[in-house]
Amino acid sequence: MTTATARTGVDARKILSENGALGGLVVLVVALSILAPTFLSTQNLINVGVQAAVVAVLAFGSTFVIVSGGIDLSVGSVAALSAMVGAWSSAEAGLPGPVALLLGLATGVAAGLINGAMVSFGRLPAFIATLAMLSIARGLTLVVSQGTPLATPDVVTFLGSNLVPQVPLPLLIMLVFFGITGFVLSRTYAGRSMYAIGGNEEAARLSGIDVRRQKLVIYALSGLFAAVAGMLLAGRLASAGPQAAVGYELDAIAAVVIGGASLSGGVGRAFGTLVGALVLAVLRNGLNQLQVSPFWQQVVIGVVIALAVLLDTLRRRSR
Amino acid sequence: MAELLRAEGITKRFTGALALDGVDFAVNSGEVHVLLGENGAGKSTLVKVLAGVYRPDSGSVRVADGVNLAVIYQELTLVPELSVAENLFLGRPPRRFGVVDRARMLRDAVGLLARVGLRVDPATPVKELGIAQQQMVEIARALDLNAGVLVLDEPTAVLTDTETDRLLEIMAEIRDQGVGLVFITHHLDEIRRIADRVTVLRDGRSVGVLPAGSSVEQMIELMVGRAISEQYPRRSQEPGDVLLKVDSLTRDGRFTDVSFEVRAGEVVGIAGLVGAGRTEVVRAAFGVDHYDSGHVEVAGRRLPGGDVRAAMRAGLGLVPEDRKGQGLVLTSSVGENLGLVTLRSATRAGIVDRKRQRRHADEMATALRVKTSGLDQEVRELSGGNQQKVVIGKWLLADPRVLVLDEPTRGVDVGAKVEIYELINRMTAAGRAVLLVSSDLPEVIGMSDRIVVMAHGRVAGELPARGTTQDEVMALAVQEFSA
Ligand SMILES: Nc1ncnc2c1ncn2[C@@H]1O[C@H](COP(=O)(O)OP(=O)(O)OP(=O)(O)O)[C@@H](O)[C@H]1O
Ligand SMILES: [Mg+2]
Repeated sequence: MTTATARTGVDARKILSENGALGGLVVLVVALSILAPTFLSTQNLINVGVQAAVVAVLAFGSTFVIVSGGIDLSVGSVAALSAMVGAWSSAEAGLPGPVALLLGLATGVAAGLINGAMVSFGRLPAFIATLAMLSIARGLTLVVSQGTPLATPDVVTFLGSNLVPQVPLPLLIMLVFFGITGFVLSRTYAGRSMYAIGGNEEAARLSGIDVRRQKLVIYALSGLFAAVAGMLLAGRLASAGPQAAVGYELDAIAAVVIGGASLSGGVGRAFGTLVGALVLAVLRNGLNQLQVSPFWQQVVIGVVIALAVLLDTLRRRSR
Repeated sequence: MAELLRAEGITKRFTGALALDGVDFAVNSGEVHVLLGENGAGKSTLVKVLAGVYRPDSGSVRVADGVNLAVIYQELTLVPELSVAENLFLGRPPRRFGVVDRARMLRDAVGLLARVGLRVDPATPVKELGIAQQQMVEIARALDLNAGVLVLDEPTAVLTDTETDRLLEIMAEIRDQGVGLVFITHHLDEIRRIADRVTVLRDGRSVGVLPAGSSVEQMIELMVGRAISEQYPRRSQEPGDVLLKVDSLTRDGRFTDVSFEVRAGEVVGIAGLVGAGRTEVVRAAFGVDHYDSGHVEVAGRRLPGGDVRAAMRAGLGLVPEDRKGQGLVLTSSVGENLGLVTLRSATRAGIVDRKRQRRHADEMATALRVKTSGLDQEVRELSGGNQQKVVIGKWLLADPRVLVLDEPTRGVDVGAKVEIYELINRMTAAGRAVLLVSSDLPEVIGMSDRIVVMAHGRVAGELPARGTTQDEVMALAVQEFSA
C-alpha cells in the first residue's frame, strides 16, 4: 500500500546523512577557523566564495552531463575560448561589449552542441568526443588570442567586480546558477530525462524520451555554463588569457562527484555540487592560509576526492 | 531425513518496512521446500538472509557441518559482456599452469549446458541470449556447484513450459540424491507437481506450513487471506475498428511475413515457443528494432518504422519483457518511473507538472497495490513482482490506443495478476486494444479473445480463445515450415 510521505521540516541530521560532503565541509571550516586565524576574516571568506564561483558554475554544467551518464572534459577549454572570443570581439573587432559577451556565450553553446552531436549522432563515447573538444577549444583560444591575453569588455569586467563593497557579483551569479540548476534538474522535462537517460538509456528510449535530442540539450547547457564560468574568471582578472582555466574540468568533475553524484549516471543534485565546489575552494584556500606548498596541495586534494567517493560508496552499501 | 539448514526467529527491517518478522524455516535433505507468498511478502529477503547477503536484525541461521549453499537469485547475476562459458565458470575457471584453460572451459561448458537442455554455443556472449536462456545458464552454473542446499528464487518466471519441465525433472533428480531444495514460484501448478512442503509467508510472517498435495485453493487462501473467484476474468465484447495492423512484416533471419490485426475492444494473444520471434515482432512494430519489409498501421496511419516516438504518437505502447534491462530506471524512485511515459504530456513550456504526475502515480500505485513505503522509494528496493507492476503501471497511465504487453505478469503473484487482468478489461471496455505476448498458456487462453500462434518466425495459425485447449495451441507452436 502506498502512503504519502509527510514532508517534515528541516531535519539537520537527515540533511547531513544524505549529504556526506556537507558534513565534510562543516568539519573543514571548523578545523580551519581554529588552525588559521585569518580564515574567518570577511575578506578571506569573500575570496573563497569567488574562487568557488567559477568552479561551481562549471560544475553545475557538468552535473547535467554526469547525471545523464556522460562526461564533459572540455569545459575548461570551452570556458577559456568563450571568454577569449568575447574579449577579441570587443578589443580587436570593436563590437559593443554586450554583443561581445553574447558572442562569447554563443561560442560556449556551439561547442556544447558539437559535443552533443558527436556523442548522440556520431555515437562517439563522451570521453573521446569531449577530449577532442578540449584540445580543439584550447587550440582555437590560442589562435584567436595569438598567444597573448586580451582585455575584457567593461560588461565582462563588471561581472567579476563587487556589486557593492563586500558583495562580489561572481558569488551572486553562482547562487543564481545554483537556483537554475536545481530548477532544471527537478522541474523540467530536460532535467527529468537526464536522470532517466543516465539511469537506464534503453528504458528511457522505450518510454518515448528522445534520447539523442536530449543529449544535444545536455551538452549545450554544459557549454553555456562553461562560457559563463569563463566570463566570471576573465572578468575578475579584467583579461582573457590563452591559458585560463587549464585543468578546471577536473575540478568541475571532482566537485560533482564529491557532491554525491555517480559517474555511472542517474544520481546527482545541484546542492551536492555546490557543496563539492565549496569543499574544493575552502580546501585550496585553507592550505594556502596554512602555507602548505602548492605541490603538496595537489596531493591533499587528490586524497580528499578519493576519500569523499570512498565514504559515499560505503554509506550507500551499508543501507 | 537429516536437517541441512535451520533459521529461527529471523527478523529483518529495512528503512520504512519490516520485511521479515520472526520467521522460522528449515530445509531437510531430500526435500523440495517451497516458499510461497504475495509480492513483497519477504521471500527473496529470506533467501538473502539464508545466503548471508543480509544480516538479520535478530534470529539465527544454522547450517549443518559440511553443507554448502548455492543460490539462484531472482534478478539475474550474469555478466552480459562475457561468454556463456566464462559466466558458467565465473570466479573458478579451469586452470592449467596458472593460466585459464579456455579449451577445457568450453568443453566442460558443453556438458553443463546439455544437462539443462540448453542448445547454445558456449562462446556466445550472454547479452545475445534471450532472458529464458540466460536463466538456464544461471541454473547450469548453480547445479555445477554441487551444493548440499540449492535455493531457486523464481527461476521459472521467465521460462516456458518445456524448460520448466526440464528444470523440475532436474530438481527431482537431485532431490533423490539427498540435496535439499528451496523453491520459490508464483505458479501454483508447479508447486503441486514438486513440493514436499510449502511454507507460506504473508507480510513478513510465516502463516503456515502446508503438506505436499495441498490444493491450489488452500494455498491461495493461506497466501492472500481470501479466495480468488476467477483467475481469468476476461469480459469480451463486440470488436470495433482495426486499431493495429501488422502487414507482411519481415526481418531477414528473424521473422517472415508476419500479419495480424487487433481491433478496438479486443485482446489478441500471441503464443509460441521461446525463439519463435514473438518479442522481435512486437519490438519491430513499436519501432525499437528495424524491419526489412512489410508495414505497421495504427488506427489506419502507417508508422515510419524504427521510430519509437512516432509509434507512441500514433497511440502504440509496449511493456517490454525485460524489466531490469528495458523497463525500469533502477536509480530513480517509484514515482519517477511511473511517470516516465507521461513525462512529455505532463510538460508545458519545458516544465513538468509534478503535482499532476505525483497524483497519477499515486493512483496507479494504489490501483496495482504496489507494495512500497512511498512514491519516493527507489524502485530497486521493491520486490521483483512489485517492480513488474511499476513497468506495467507507467504504460497504463499513458492510456495508449493499443498496448502491447510482453510477458506482463512475469513474477506477479496470483492475486495481483487478477488486478492486472481487470485493468486490461477496463482498457478494452474503453475501446482500447491489447496485444498480449505470453508464454503462460492458461493466461493467453484465459485472457485473449483470439490467439495468434507463432513458430520459427512465422504465423503458424490463429485460434479463437474460447474453448481452445493448450494442446491445440502447442500443436501449432511446434509446427515446422518447409523452406
Ligand atoms: N534493499 C531494500 N531496501 C528497502 N526495502 C526493501 C529492500 N529489499 C526488500 N525490501 C522490502 O521488503 C519487502 C519484501 O521484499 P522481498 O523482495 O523479500 O519480497 P518477495 O516476497 O521476494 O516478493 P516477489 O514475489 O515480488 O519477489 C518488500 O516490501 C520490499 O519493498
Ligand atoms: Mg522476490
